[in-house]
Amino acid sequence: MADFFHQNLSYFLSGISVGGQYALIAIGYTMVYGILRLINFAHGDVFMCAGLMMVYLSSSLPFAISIPLVLILTVILGFAIERVAYKPLRSAPRMSVMISAIGVSYLLQNAALYFTGGLARVYPEIPVLSASVVIWDAPTRVVTLVTPFLTLVLVILLSLLIKHTKIGMAMRAVSVDFETSQIMGIKINKVISMTFMLGSLLAAVASFLYFTNYASVTPTSGSMPGLKAFVAAVFGGIGSIPGAVIGAFIIGICENIIKGGASIFGIPGSGWTTFSDAFTFAFLIIILIVKPTGLFGEKSVDKV
Amino acid sequence: MFEIKGLSVNYGGIEAVRDISLSVPAGSIVTLIGANGAGKSTTLRTIAGLVKPKAGKIEFEGEDITGKDPAYIVGKGITLVPEGRRIFPNLTVLENLKIGAYLRNDSIEEDLERVYRLFPRLRERSWQYGGTLSGGEQQMLAVGRALMSKPKLMMMDEPSLGLAPLVVKDIFSIIERVNADGVTILLIEQNANMALKVADIGYVMETGQIMLSGKGSDLINDEGVRKAYLGG
Repeated sequence: MADFFHQNLSYFLSGISVGGQYALIAIGYTMVYGILRLINFAHGDVFMCAGLMMVYLSSSLPFAISIPLVLILTVILGFAIERVAYKPLRSAPRMSVMISAIGVSYLLQNAALYFTGGLARVYPEIPVLSASVVIWDAPTRVVTLVTPFLTLVLVILLSLLIKHTKIGMAMRAVSVDFETSQIMGIKINKVISMTFMLGSLLAAVASFLYFTNYASVTPTSGSMPGLKAFVAAVFGGIGSIPGAVIGAFIIGICENIIKGGASIFGIPGSGWTTFSDAFTFAFLIIILIVKPTGLFGEKSVDKV
Repeated sequence: MFEIKGLSVNYGGIEAVRDISLSVPAGSIVTLIGANGAGKSTTLRTIAGLVKPKAGKIEFEGEDITGKDPAYIVGKGITLVPEGRRIFPNLTVLENLKIGAYLRNDSIEEDLERVYRLFPRLRERSWQYGGTLSGGEQQMLAVGRALMSKPKLMMMDEPSLGLAPLVVKDIFSIIERVNADGVTILLIEQNANMALKVADIGYVMETGQIMLSGKGSDLINDEGVRKAYLGG
């Protein structure tokens, strides 16, 4: 048993690490859904934009400035997207907002295409995070070890914010009843903006961790992690933050176990890595059939 | 203290309120009675700022508050206990009360204590989720939540709806107690009998218009009102 773990440790490690990165992205999906009942398809692309901003900013600025700057700019980007593309559609049917979200997604990808010229940009090596370490004979990077802990710390902070602060209480109120929240004096638009900003902030953190591992950013870099984080959010029960986090870790770990299939299951073959993505989406289909509300999802009561 | 002049509101494609005028003197209980669909709720929702009026003027303490947003109106001291109570089911009882004081930055301890004294049941259940309360308890919570904003005018939309007769009696005695504490009340009811008994002034609304008004005790004896709303 110990031998088995020893041999396949690198797969488990990267599973936990990727899981944490998906979790940070998935929270953005699930929080926005919780409040607006909107799948924010542009969220994965916000994550990609954070990666690109880092590429460009770090080329001329030291990390001590470029990292906080990326965080701030991503938050502003999330805020601006909500204001421009979703807020004017507040009383429109949900489908219109979703189409607007798809539009924003393509807009961001095309803007990225314009700036990068379609070439993959090399992600800077962030000191400490990109350093190599060897754990129990498994070579990996520091980021792999940092990710799960950083994810947990951020999730705990977020839970405290939602559970114990005034704005958190307002977020919970708005998520069940817009109108009654308004007559309490809550400014709905402020709360919604806050939700988008928090989601974007976490996506920016995820981008540091994710791209340090993958080393390059392309205009479509956000789609696959975004999609998987979305699957994670659905698996956990969309609208639930703990659900999204647990779902993301499960998906990250499963995906990497499949990638290591040749050695983990002892069945040789080169198809394992190829099919790891297919696995994720097959998994989504099964969840939707077996338990449409996900692990911790609310019962499907339509908002009245 | 509070006055509506020539208010008209379009709602859901129809003219739900047509050119109504009414006034609420400070410290009084005023009731607006009428059948379903008469435009009572729309009137309250317009005052609260949830619906924008088509024409007319709403004045509170001499200030024109027509068409202002809900947060501004709550801040001015007008609160609404909505129809169907609309407790936040995913917030605890205590949080439901705290959220009533959302706009306040001063200490709310004293008012919390006052609400708990008024409704001891809420103190016992302060850690329970709002969604687990019974209908009567939820109505108490809705009133308590509204009081937490330190209102000068409390509007109530059908507080007796769906409650057992005994609970309804409780709710009305609470309305009178809150009023005795100096809060002006604007009450909407289909239960016209109860409403007119506690009200100083009553208005009768029909298809978006005010048909009749007068002292509560006069209206309760009015032949037309008796026939239409009090079952003969």
